[in-house]
Amino acid sequence: MAKELLKGNHAFAEAAVRAGVEAFYGYPITPSTEFLEYMAKRLPELGRAFVQAESEVSAINMVYGAACTGKRVMTASSSPGVSLMMEGISYIAGTEVPAVVVNVMRGGPGLGNIAPSQGDYYQMVKGGGHGDYFPIVLAPASVQEAVDYISVAFDLAEKYRSIVHVIVDGNMGQMMEPAELPPMKEIPEKVPDWAVSGAKGRDPNILTSIYIDPKDEEVTNLRLLKRWKEIEKNEVIYDEYEIEDAEILIIGFGTAGRVASSAIREAREEGIKAGLLRPITLAPFPQKRLIELTKQVKRILVVEMNSGMMLDDVMKIVQGKVPIEFYGRMGGVTPLPDEILDEIRRVAANEDPGADDPRDEWIVRMDKMLAGEK
Amino acid sequence: MVAKTEIIYQRPESFTDVTTGYCPGCTHGTAHRLVAEVIDEMGIREKTIGVAPVGCSVFAYRYFKMDFVEAAHGRAPAMATGIKRVLPENTVFSYQGDGDLASIGMAEIMHAAARGENITVIFINNAIYGMTGGQMAPTTLPGMITTSSPLGRDVELAGYPIRMAEILSNMDGASYIVRRSLHNAANIKKSKKAIRLAFEAQERGLGFSMVELLSSCPTNWKMSPQDALDFVADEMVPVFPLGDYKVSSVLESLKV
Repeated sequence: MAKELLKGNHAFAEAAVRAGVEAFYGYPITPSTEFLEYMAKRLPELGRAFVQAESEVSAINMVYGAACTGKRVMTASSSPGVSLMMEGISYIAGTEVPAVVVNVMRGGPGLGNIAPSQGDYYQMVKGGGHGDYFPIVLAPASVQEAVDYISVAFDLAEKYRSIVHVIVDGNMGQMMEPAELPPMKEIPEKVPDWAVSGAKGRDPNILTSIYIDPKDEEVTNLRLLKRWKEIEKNEVIYDEYEIEDAEILIIGFGTAGRVASSAIREAREEGIKAGLLRPITLAPFPQKRLIELTKQVKRILVVEMNSGMMLDDVMKIVQGKVPIEFYGRMGGVTPLPDEILDEIRRVAANEDPGADDPRDEWIVRMDKMLAGEK
Repeated sequence: MVAKTEIIYQRPESFTDVTTGYCPGCTHGTAHRLVAEVIDEMGIREKTIGVAPVGCSVFAYRYFKMDFVEAAHGRAPAMATGIKRVLPENTVFSYQGDGDLASIGMAEIMHAAARGENITVIFINNAIYGMTGGQMAPTTLPGMITTSSPLGRDVELAGYPIRMAEILSNMDGASYIVRRSLHNAANIKKSKKAIRLAFEAQERGLGFSMVELLSSCPTNWKMSPQDALDFVADEMVPVFPLGDYKVSSVLESLKV
């Protein structure tokens, strides 16, 4: 199939349709609303289910219900809406049913704004809802990559009976770029043996997240943890750019990673040996690869559109073996390639990165920069 | 001479062989049995999916022999919606208490009714939070003593009981909204007929149906089972009048 010029949210929605999503339940919120609007028209055309729920709380609980039937089901929202969904996400995780949630992230906390952000890293990657569980988190960096990984998200959700988050920022939901959509997948007839469908000629299936005896809950927690270890072993996905001889390693995901790759191209022209590690699965994180790279590179620069949330994970993995520096933009501000290029130049020239927390020096630079902007 | 025996009372096929965890004198058992009998009589057990709530009936799925899911507190109508929309041929019902349905789940129940969601809701109104130990519910009567209204529900501070059947009957999407009581045999019989009609509404695709059942909670009301049933008749019925609040014309002519 040929490439078409597609708006991010529309492309993600059509990708889900072609991956065989049978139900979408959602609530309007900028900058993800076009996802819901697209589904409102597209799913009824195909005889599939669409409901605009009264709230994100209700939407995710509709998703929870449909997930219990073994059908492919999803929702899409943005940061404040995803906060409301965290209750249902925890129940979905606790009941071990597959579902996909797309978060088109915006600036926060609170009402924040509708501009692109990566400020939900902690909420999405570390769980967000209550209790012991491990979400799979995919962070594509282009419309095409999101289209490709939405199908992967459903496969992973079903393979591990897990919640899978696809997180993109508002840039990707709103922008238009060429992408090729996959062919339409057939919807499988067969119902998974654990699903509720009416107990016809079999014992009833009960789907619940309640384990009233702590011993049973502990067994469940252990099962979830063991499953997570399998996911860590099998499902790590990342992309690299100019990494072979890199001395300065840039780590960034989603839009931040994509902007960094432009900056790296220019840095290379100046003779700076910079390379990019772009995690596509933020959970499981490409930990092994990062440890390998610490043996090769001299400096690490983490670039994010938040206050350094992935940075904490990078620091934990690197364990001080390579000096780490940080550059972040927050509040809905997307860094420009030139800003990151300046950072790469600075890091390349900086003999003494010093501080225990790379954020300390970054905060000083941010203050200066913002004062200059006024 | 061969003795002729006839089974006149037995465990419904829609029940498991499990003793419930309900307190002595609690009417949950009665309500469960009526639902199970109706599902048996309609022959729909093998296509029914139940949605259990959070509250005393959180373990309802242990007692019904059919596919069941367990919702978050108040979210049963949303979960039932999610299921019914992808399995429209199945029968889907939620079973909810007053804290679940009329407090934390108010948005979910109102909008399920507004959408005319083709599900059946069995609503147990016993005017109190049972599982957490007797706190004030949205349906607690004025002046009623609970652990969170220790001096009696003061309407100036804690407002008035919510009459769900009346409210939901105003929804265009609702097909069958009635209130019944479980305080004596005659009313139990009427309750069963109402549950049957609610499920019949769903089978006919008429839209949202709900049966509110006035129920007793001897443990948290701190009464004997008989006194609790008398309390339902004498104190609850005047605040929550029994009756048909909305009945689709299709159901009016139906003989069950």
